Amino acid sequence: MATTPSISTAARAKYEPIIGLEVHVQLLTASKIFCSCSTQFGAPPNTNVCPVCLGLPGALPVLNRKVVEFATLAAMALQCRINETSIFSRKNYFYPDLPKGYQISQFDKPLAELGFLVIQSANGPKRIGITRLHVEEDAGKSLHEGFAGAADSTAIDLNRSGVPLIEIVSEPDIATADEAYQYLTALKEIILYTGVSDCNMEEGSLRCDANVSVRPVGQEKFGTKAEVKNVNSFRFIKEAIEYEIERQIEVIESGGKVAQETRLYNSVEGKTYSMRSKEQAHDYRYFPEPDLLPLVVDEKWQAEIRATLPELPEARRQRMVTEYGITPQDAAVLTETRALADQFESAAKAAKNPKRVANLVQSELMGRLKAKGLDIEHSPVSMAGVAASADLVESGAISGKMLKDLYNLCFERGQDFLQVYDEAGRPEQSRDTSALEKIIEEVMAANPKQLEQYRAGKKTVIAFFVGQVMKASKGQANPQMVNELLARKLATKLNS
Amino acid sequence: MKVTDKDVSYVADLSNVELTDSERVRMVRDLNSILGYIERLSELDTAKVPAMAQVSDRYGADQSKQGSERFAYASREDVREGLRASLPHAEAMANAPGSDATFFKVPKVIER
Repeated sequence: MATTPSISTAARAKYEPIIGLEVHVQLLTASKIFCSCSTQFGAPPNTNVCPVCLGLPGALPVLNRKVVEFATLAAMALQCRINETSIFSRKNYFYPDLPKGYQISQFDKPLAELGFLVIQSANGPKRIGITRLHVEEDAGKSLHEGFAGAADSTAIDLNRSGVPLIEIVSEPDIATADEAYQYLTALKEIILYTGVSDCNMEEGSLRCDANVSVRPVGQEKFGTKAEVKNVNSFRFIKEAIEYEIERQIEVIESGGKVAQETRLYNSVEGKTYSMRSKEQAHDYRYFPEPDLLPLVVDEKWQAEIRATLPELPEARRQRMVTEYGITPQDAAVLTETRALADQFESAAKAAKNPKRVANLVQSELMGRLKAKGLDIEHSPVSMAGVAASADLVESGAISGKMLKDLYNLCFERGQDFLQVYDEAGRPEQSRDTSALEKIIEEVMAANPKQLEQYRAGKKTVIAFFVGQVMKASKGQANPQMVNELLARKLATKLNS
Repeated sequence: MKVTDKDVSYVADLSNVELTDSERVRMVRDLNSILGYIERLSELDTAKVPAMAQVSDRYGADQSKQGSERFAYASREDVREGLRASLPHAEAMANAPGSDATFFKVPKVIER
């Protein structure tokens, strides 16, 4: 947990935080951005390398078209304006995991600009601007510990050097740590929907740096910002930003000045630490990359890419609510991943009652999947199975209790619903009215007080009787039939 | 524009290059000589010429084609077959000044 400095609420209220986020997302291409080496994660160190990504003299980069398509698709999903012509630039800095001495990136003419996404802030929907989205190559990986000789040397693995990235820079529209969290969640969801990245934070496919500053409320000019790096989960980013806001306020309140610097977040201590002063190190001496042509994505190519743009999560949720009569909450849960939403829709279309499918997926399927640590693609119960089971409950052939038992069997055996249902001999719930009538008589006899209330006109008490009858039948009775029979029996009691 | 001793020190510092006093003097002299030569270009009136990052922008593109296709020859498909393979590991490490046969090794550079 973040251990926040102790500043008073009054001091906190005098300042307004300004937060901007820079997110790096690795694109899911097979080969690197400027050479044909594999992008595969976890390969033995320094095996996916060649003269281009090792930065050997004379090696020349050749652009991977898929990188352009993926980056453009992501930019479109984030409502950006695509620049028909953009150019690559060299960003020069000195670090051993960057063998060329420069990173090929984009600077003054990025691929895309002026996008936005909408988050659910504390005050309702809020639009967060996206300044730019550009394409660049990743650097290698430095290891500072965990190998022989770590005391006086650093080990370099260049497998990641040249892996394609997009950098997405937000406008300083984010006002709280919580909004930053919402932004990242929404961004990740959209990127995942486009399928251009797996956004796996453990493997570094999604990385985030936060620029944080505070200014007195009412002041126009931004305060001096600190950049927080090295945060590897959304929760830690939220904590790091919260810590940084309070730290900066404390510095100013105690008469100090916030330094422009890079800080690292230590999640164990919940604190940020100064890494290096940016005053000098920030001069990257950008200039156009002479080894690459301008990147032109003309209207025709843009149209081809736009045609592959899937329906985005927010639009999909709205459509699902109208199309299937489910609640916005249902839709939010069911669109958590594109796979889940696809699966749900195929079941909802096959079943008689989509709302029941929505309930089943949430109440019976997702919990069991979670308990087993499975994702929807590996569910033993297919969506055809969910649709079939929903129809069986709908028609009254099986009860909710029976469905639960059958689902348990499916997960135990790793078999689909219809197979388990068939093997169980296609069971049906009791529709024997005489047995049910008997139970109803017993329940009424056992609860004279409630029966009296019903006679006195308190019709809601019928729900109590339904519950008691279902309990007495051990969940085997058909609820619809129980309702009908109860209504009839109770009516006779009124006249007696 | 004159390159000063301060400029040379600054760029050397950014590049982590240590220069002796005499090397710095030589750098100032050489850089000024090169830039002075290039400076002659500023005699041309370029007010109406759009900025160009590289000559291939103008002369390397396939002028018979439109838009993206003009430069299409300069990009490639996202395939691994048929293109130059990665180097064998041993070969990739062969010229490294420092290596433990798995990683490249450099003097400790830790940013906490």
